Amino acid sequence: MEILGAIVTLAGSILLFLGALGILRMPDVYNRMQAGTKATTLGSILFLAGISVGHYECGCIGKIVIIILFVIFTNPISSNTLARAAHFAGIGLTKRSVKDDLKDDDIEKRGEEK
Amino acid sequence: MADLIYNIAAIVALAGIVLSFARLILGPTIADRAVALDGMTIIAISLIVFIAYYSNRVIYLDVAIVYGLISFVGIVAIARYLERGI
Repeated sequence: MEILGAIVTLAGSILLFLGALGILRMPDVYNRMQAGTKATTLGSILFLAGISVGHYECGCIGKIVIIILFVIFTNPISSNTLARAAHFAGIGLTKRSVKDDLKDDDIEKRGEEK
Repeated sequence: MADLIYNIAAIVALAGIVLSFARLILGPTIADRAVALDGMTIIAISLIVFIAYYSNRVIYLDVAIVYGLISFVGIVAIARYLERGI
């Protein structure tokens, strides 16, 4: 049981490392946000679950479950808010990106108002 | 054996914190730095839980919960500041 928890924890830590690598290497704010949110959320879930499986005799799995739920609920919200704020603050996309739907929607809305 | 794998996992996660910190220093805009700070905080929550089990102190789990709460509020405050100003 301990070995199983340790392997799950190792997988989670590798995902955390890859998320951080994506934050460092991606070319754009939005790409960085995507790498740093998805990989990091799954990585922290696996990390915490592995630790709580490996040390189940502690009897405090409830708090770990609370932390996991907290990460699941708050991480996408903060990332979404930050991406929206970065878009409306005028931080541009990278040159290699093809399509910007939110910008097109804004242009359509302004056309209707006029 | 299991302890060795746990230690390796903690060291790999710590290397992730170092990479995010490099983006926190390099990042050209405020949003880059906020993203790097967010990633660092999530990894730090995981490491706090690891330390809580490593040193057999259950009280550190509460520290992890409060740290996550404060980081969430901080990121939302930074985003609101970016969008409309204070």
